[in-house]
Amino acid sequence: MTIKTLSQHGVQRQQMPCLTKMERMIISMQDPDMGIKLRNQRLLITVIPHAMTGADIFEWLIKKFSISDEEALHIGQIFVKYGYIYPLKEPRNLILKVDNSPYRFQTPYYWMSTRWPASELDYAIYLAKKNIRKQGELIEYEKECYNALHKRINHTWDFVVMQAREQLRASKQRRKADRIVLECQEQAYWLVNRPPPGTLDNIDHGPERRTTNTRVQLFISFIMHPCSKKNADFYKKEIEHNRISLARNRVKSSICLESYVKYCEQYQPHDPIMQGCLPSNPWITDDIMFWNMNCETVSVPTKLRVERWSFSFMELLSDPVGRKEFLTYLEKEFSAENLCFWQACEDVRHGETSKIPGKVDEVYKQFLAPGASRWVNIDSKTMEKTLEGFKRPHRFVLDDAQMHIYFLMKKDSYPRYLKSDLYKNLLARAVVPQETKKSVLPFIHRQRHSSPSPALATQAAEDDGKTKNSNSFKSNSGTASRL
Amino acid sequence: MCDQTFLAITFGPCDNCSQNKPLMNIYLKNEPINYCSLCVELMACQGLAKGETTNTLKAESESLKAKLEEERAKLHDVELHQVAEKIEALGQFVMKTRRTLKGHGNKVLCMDWCRDKRRIVSSSQDGKVIVWDAYTTNKEHAVTMPCTWVMACAYAPSGCAVACGGLDNKCSVYPLSLDKNENLAAKKKSVAMHTNYLSSCSFTNSDMQILTSSGDGTCALWDVESGQLLQSFHGHSADVLSLHLAPSETGNTFVSGGCDKKANVWDMRSGQNVQSFETHESDINSVKYYPSGDAFATGSDDATCRLYDLRADREVAIYSRDSIIFGASSVDFSLSGRLLFAGYNDYSINVWDVLKGTRVAILFGHENRVSTVRVSPDGTAFCSGSWDNTLRIWA
Repeated sequence: MTIKTLSQHGVQRQQMPCLTKMERMIISMQDPDMGIKLRNQRLLITVIPHAMTGADIFEWLIKKFSISDEEALHIGQIFVKYGYIYPLKEPRNLILKVDNSPYRFQTPYYWMSTRWPASELDYAIYLAKKNIRKQGELIEYEKECYNALHKRINHTWDFVVMQAREQLRASKQRRKADRIVLECQEQAYWLVNRPPPGTLDNIDHGPERRTTNTRVQLFISFIMHPCSKKNADFYKKEIEHNRISLARNRVKSSICLESYVKYCEQYQPHDPIMQGCLPSNPWITDDIMFWNMNCETVSVPTKLRVERWSFSFMELLSDPVGRKEFLTYLEKEFSAENLCFWQACEDVRHGETSKIPGKVDEVYKQFLAPGASRWVNIDSKTMEKTLEGFKRPHRFVLDDAQMHIYFLMKKDSYPRYLKSDLYKNLLARAVVPQETKKSVLPFIHRQRHSSPSPALATQAAEDDGKTKNSNSFKSNSGTASRL
Repeated sequence: MCDQTFLAITFGPCDNCSQNKPLMNIYLKNEPINYCSLCVELMACQGLAKGETTNTLKAESESLKAKLEEERAKLHDVELHQVAEKIEALGQFVMKTRRTLKGHGNKVLCMDWCRDKRRIVSSSQDGKVIVWDAYTTNKEHAVTMPCTWVMACAYAPSGCAVACGGLDNKCSVYPLSLDKNENLAAKKKSVAMHTNYLSSCSFTNSDMQILTSSGDGTCALWDVESGQLLQSFHGHSADVLSLHLAPSETGNTFVSGGCDKKANVWDMRSGQNVQSFETHESDINSVKYYPSGDAFATGSDDATCRLYDLRADREVAIYSRDSIIFGASSVDFSLSGRLLFAGYNDYSINVWDVLKGTRVAILFGHENRVSTVRVSPDGTAFCSGSWDNTLRIWA
């Protein structure tokens, strides 16, 4: 056959790792000692050599990879779909049947990694051969393709027909068994590469991805210099980057890995997929109590939620209820301005660019100016740097001051809050939800209620024409708190 | 008789490439050197000093890389699965499809959760972007983008807008309006402009800034209001396929993965590439931070998922099996970080025990490639989108 090989690039690049792996598996399947036992299979009146049953493939996969039935069937299907194994009994049905239906390994000549994409010329020759061999053997879609090709590559049609005749003549001189085998192989190849309409196209890959090899390089170095596809600038940058990386401080693996163990342990009770959630997982029981009990405006939070605030300062701040409680505590300690300042800085950092100068001004007046109503205590060096930055206010101008106050709260107020009566009482009052009773008739769905869209909330606010209170730095619709 | 001026040209081996060619006599810092015209042009264009070639630079870079690997290995005193030996193994794992969202007419490419824990936005190959209430499976909004292959979509933190983009090289923000008669496409706002397809986008902590990654090899931070570029991130040498913001206190870094097999960690303020990891053998399709922010996981076309630690500055775990042939297109952690959900191109979803390194379960159900996997904000479920035109919620 006259199938051409094309160089590997473009879409093939993405598929090569998978194809290489599949081919390795296929080769180990054909290993004389450890592979699948091949025997002669009877197909009507002919005997096909080197064939195996679907069940053989299935069992070999289970044994070799220690996987479940479902997974073995899944992998087997992939091999058939990609044309590495083809069925003998119903060649058009590219699935793996786990019984004694016969299958054969495709010859490497027709493997996807070597013969992709299949060329139109070759397909035309194949169809022409089929047509000549037995008039009317082409099925519907093949006839359509044949006619379409005839139109498209009409200029080479004489060549196509001549090739087809030549190949048919050559095949007549082979033994019958060999001829049948070759015909099966060729047919299998084309069933994979030109699937009938309606079946899955496994060659579809999405937009092409580029790498340095296909990227247009400096014209001279690409054309003239045979070895430098990446130019000097690229390597200079890499060298600089590697130098900096070498100088970095690293932490021992044991310490880092222990921290994961601790983190997973600490959060496991809070992970609904791992340990379930009370009252129940809404997706499973169709009961949204869990969401209602944990929403932002609830008055009595759940125990798990309050406990979570003790894990880290960030957890406390990212929960709106936690933040509110913390603010109440700080007000008692007369240091509420710290939290308000921090929130104001967040607003600057994440808000609209056009409003930055105005916001920064407000922040200065309220928190930083000498004699301000809510003056925050920042060390002189940071204050100096911040005031310097105010001359040209930008998004990150308050970062240093914000960091200072953040760590102040984290080291001082936060631990004291956790030990305070306010927190302890809240924890004691906190709710532990009852587990939802399982429905007596589990197959009848509870009614699934819809919830108001978050978009609606803002729209209502806009419609009312509410103006935001500049003194309250509660999170507005533009800066939602992180979960 | 014509007046001819010659340059004295010698013929011989070039000092640089050693090939026999006509040589140009040039002077570098008062020293004569004999380079062929080709090497002279290269030197001039690339700003090389004498004696430097791309080969010497390449060698220097490789030796530094080797040294870096040595340094990293010095502090590697224990493997993750050894540390995890003392932990209890996970019991029988049962997760089923609880909702199937049908409505896309073509491959689902991307999805994102809303912070209300039940709404999602999804985008597909035919340009449709749909906002669903996944709990009731009702569609709430639909927009048709003017381009195909909408590979990126994101829900705004406030829940009032969605951002999406793809082959149009742009990222557009659509404010969600509940007015039935309003055409969402009319209020569209073009925010980002790249020179190649948009592969991923994400809002930062607010509705006002968007981080994008593109097939042109760069990531960029944009201001939504003005559409202005705030910062760009250069360092990848091929398409960037995915990015994720760090859940840290300071909220200033993000990680990106690309077709150059590298995962890079960036500082958002300065635009600098802070750390870089290159151990994958093929394109990195997806990156996600571990919930504590100290590590991140990647899914790649080489059929493995890997975990990289930022403080130890190295790869600490590989999640792979001989029986897994196809690449992982998308990964995400469960809330506690103990489970890693990975969607693969062989239509399955594998669930990995992050600490022990073993596979906990394999989930079948999709009839084509799984393109995106995301855990809900409160960790109660995860959603998978696939090329079989559907999305599934698993719990």
